[in-house]
Amino acid sequence: MVKAQKGQVRVITGNAVGAYGAMLCRPEVVAAYPITPQSEIAELLSQFKADGVLDAEYVEVEGENSAMNVVLAASVAGARVFTATSSYGLVFMYDALQEASGFRVPVVMVNANRETPGIHAVSSGQQDMISARDTGWIQIIVENDQEILDQIIMAYRLAEDYDIQLPIMVNYDGFYLSYLAEAVEIPKIEDVDAFLAPLKEQPKRQVLVPGVSKGCGTHGMEMGYVEARYKHCQALERVKNKVDEIDKAFGDYFGRSYGGQLEEYRTGDADIIIVASGSAAGTVKTVIDTKREEGVKVGMVKLRLFRPFPAERIVEALKGKKAIGVIDRSLCFGWKYGPICMELRALSPEIGPAPLLSYIDGLANLDITIDHIGRVIDEVGAAAQGKSYQEVTWIPMEE
Amino acid sequence: MAARMLASAFVREGKSVASFPMYGFERRGAPVVAFTRVDDKPIREKTQIYTPDCLIVIDPGLLTLPTLFTGLKPGSAFILNSSKEMVAKPNENLKIGAVVNATQIAVDEIGRDIPNTCLIAAVAAATGWLKLQSILDSLPDYLSGDILERNLKSAERGYREVEVTKW
Amino acid sequence: MVIKHKNIFKTESAWSNTDELMLCLDTGGWRTERPVLDKEKCNYCGLCALYCPPQCMKDMGDHFEADLAYCKGCGICATECPRDAIAMVPEGEFADG
Repeated sequence: MVKAQKGQVRVITGNAVGAYGAMLCRPEVVAAYPITPQSEIAELLSQFKADGVLDAEYVEVEGENSAMNVVLAASVAGARVFTATSSYGLVFMYDALQEASGFRVPVVMVNANRETPGIHAVSSGQQDMISARDTGWIQIIVENDQEILDQIIMAYRLAEDYDIQLPIMVNYDGFYLSYLAEAVEIPKIEDVDAFLAPLKEQPKRQVLVPGVSKGCGTHGMEMGYVEARYKHCQALERVKNKVDEIDKAFGDYFGRSYGGQLEEYRTGDADIIIVASGSAAGTVKTVIDTKREEGVKVGMVKLRLFRPFPAERIVEALKGKKAIGVIDRSLCFGWKYGPICMELRALSPEIGPAPLLSYIDGLANLDITIDHIGRVIDEVGAAAQGKSYQEVTWIPMEE
Repeated sequence: MAARMLASAFVREGKSVASFPMYGFERRGAPVVAFTRVDDKPIREKTQIYTPDCLIVIDPGLLTLPTLFTGLKPGSAFILNSSKEMVAKPNENLKIGAVVNATQIAVDEIGRDIPNTCLIAAVAAATGWLKLQSILDSLPDYLSGDILERNLKSAERGYREVEVTKW
Repeated sequence: MVIKHKNIFKTESAWSNTDELMLCLDTGGWRTERPVLDKEKCNYCGLCALYCPPQCMKDMGDHFEADLAYCKGCGICATECPRDAIAMVPEGEFADG
C-alpha cells in the first residue's frame, strides 16, 4: 500500500496549522477577515501569498459577510476556496452561510470557537458553532493541532466529493487550540495532492460558466424548493459514512486516523460514558485513565461530526451503558439541557433508559478542569448505580 | 512567544509539549499568562495550569500580585526578570529561585526590552531541564539574520549570568 | 480556585457600572514611552487632542498635555503634530517611570 512520506515536524500554533492546512490543499481563492482568536490565519495566508508559497487569489474584504460571499461565489464558479472566522464573524455571515449550503458549494472554512455576541467575552466557547447549527453545513470538531491540519485536508476530500457537494466548517477551540503550540507533522504537499487526487476522477459538479445562462439556487418558486431541500438533507445523511471512509483512507495513507464520526476512548467494557468534544476531550482522556486505575469502568465518546449528527454510530456506542454524562461547552437556549445532550435525548428511544446527565462548563475561557471532569464521572457513576442525580448542572454556578 | 520558543527547545530534546497563552484583547502590553506543559508522553490536557512546577515572571511589577505564587508545587522553581537581587524566599513551596536582569541584557544585546530569549536560557540554567544548545538551536525557527545573532547572545548571557539560589 | 458567577450584575440584564469597572482602568500603566512636548514649537492647534484615542489630552490654555493616568503611549499625537513638537520618550528615562 502506498504511504505518504514523513512530513516536517514543527512547533506551531493551531492557527498557523490552519493556514498550513489550507495552503497544502492549494485553494484558488481565499478571503478571510481577521478576528480574535483567528487573526493569525488571515495574516499567515497573506504572508504565504506574498512569499509565493500560496498560489491563490487573496481577496481583501472589509468584513466576514463579504468574505463568505466572495468564497461562495468563487466556489459556484468552480474554484477551490478557503476562509476562516470566529464568533462575531460567523454570525456576520449568517445569510451567506445559508447561501453556500443551499447552492451546494464545497466551501471549506475553519471556525475558531469563541463566545457569541450578547455578552461581550473574547473567550473560548462553542456557542458560535451551535448558533450556526441549522445553516445546512457539515460541522466537525477537533481536539488538537495535528487534528486541525489533518481535518482540513479531509474536509476538501469530503466537501468536494461528487456525492456530497456541501460546505464544511472545521471547528476548533479558540485560545485553547488556536494559540496552542504543539509539535505538528506537516505533510508534504505532493502527498496532500495525492490524497485529494481521487476527486479528479469523479464527475465534475455544475459550475457557472461565462457566457452560459445558468441559475444556481434560483428556481425555488417553480416548485424546486422542496426537491432542492430534500436532496440537501439526503446529502447530509450520506456525509456520515463518507466521513468514516475518508478517515480510514487518511489513516491508511498518512498513518493518522481519528475514528471518523466519533472517537471511542475505552468504551468497550465501560459502564458509564462521558460525551465530550473539542480540546476538553483531551483532558477527559487523562481523567479517564486515572479513574480506570481506581477501578471505575468509564469511557468517552468524543463527538467529531456534529452536523449531520452521527446518530447511528453514537447509538451503537451508548446502547446498553448504565449512565451517560454529556459535557457541553455551550447552551441550548430554550431548553435547560446543553445542546449536545439535547441531541442525545432525541435518540433516547434507541439508546435506552440510561440516565443522561447534562453538564454545562467551559464557557468564556473557564477551564473544564481535571477536578470538574472527576466530579462528572463520580456523579454519572452514582446515577448508574440508581442513586439520585441532577439532570442539568452548570458547573461554574456551583463553585 | 517565549513559551513557544521554550516549547521548541523541549521538542528538540525529544519531549512532548503543549504551550498556550491566555489573554483577552489582542494588543501590545496587555497582561498575558502563558502555560507550557512538558512530558515524555503526548500531552492531552487542555487546561490552564493551576499547580506549576516552575513560574517565570517577566514583569517585576507583578511581584505585588497577591495570587502570584498560588498553587506552586513543593520543590518548584521561580525565575524572575529583575535588576534587584532575590533577598528572601518569596514562597514556602519554592526550592529554586533565580534572578536575571534580562531587560538590561536584552537592551545591551538586542537594543530593545525584549527579555524573552534571555529568560528562557535562564530557566534552562536554573532548572537544568534543558541544555543551552537546545535553546540556541531552536531560535532560528523564529528569527533570522542580525536579530537572530543578537538574541543568541542575549540567551547565552542569560544562561551564564542568572543568579540561582537553592533553598 | 473560587470564581463566583452570581451577583456580579445587580440587574436582570447585564448592566455594569463602568465608572467602577472600565473607566478606572490603569491604562497609564500600559505605557512604555510617553509624549514630551517642546512648548516652543507648539501653536496650540489641538490636533494632538483631537486624535488622541483615549481622549486624555488636557487643555492647559496655551498647549495640551497628556493625562499620564490614561496615556497609553501610542504615539499618535507625535505622529499627527504638524509642528513635530512632540517626542516619544521611553518611560525608563523618567523618575516616575
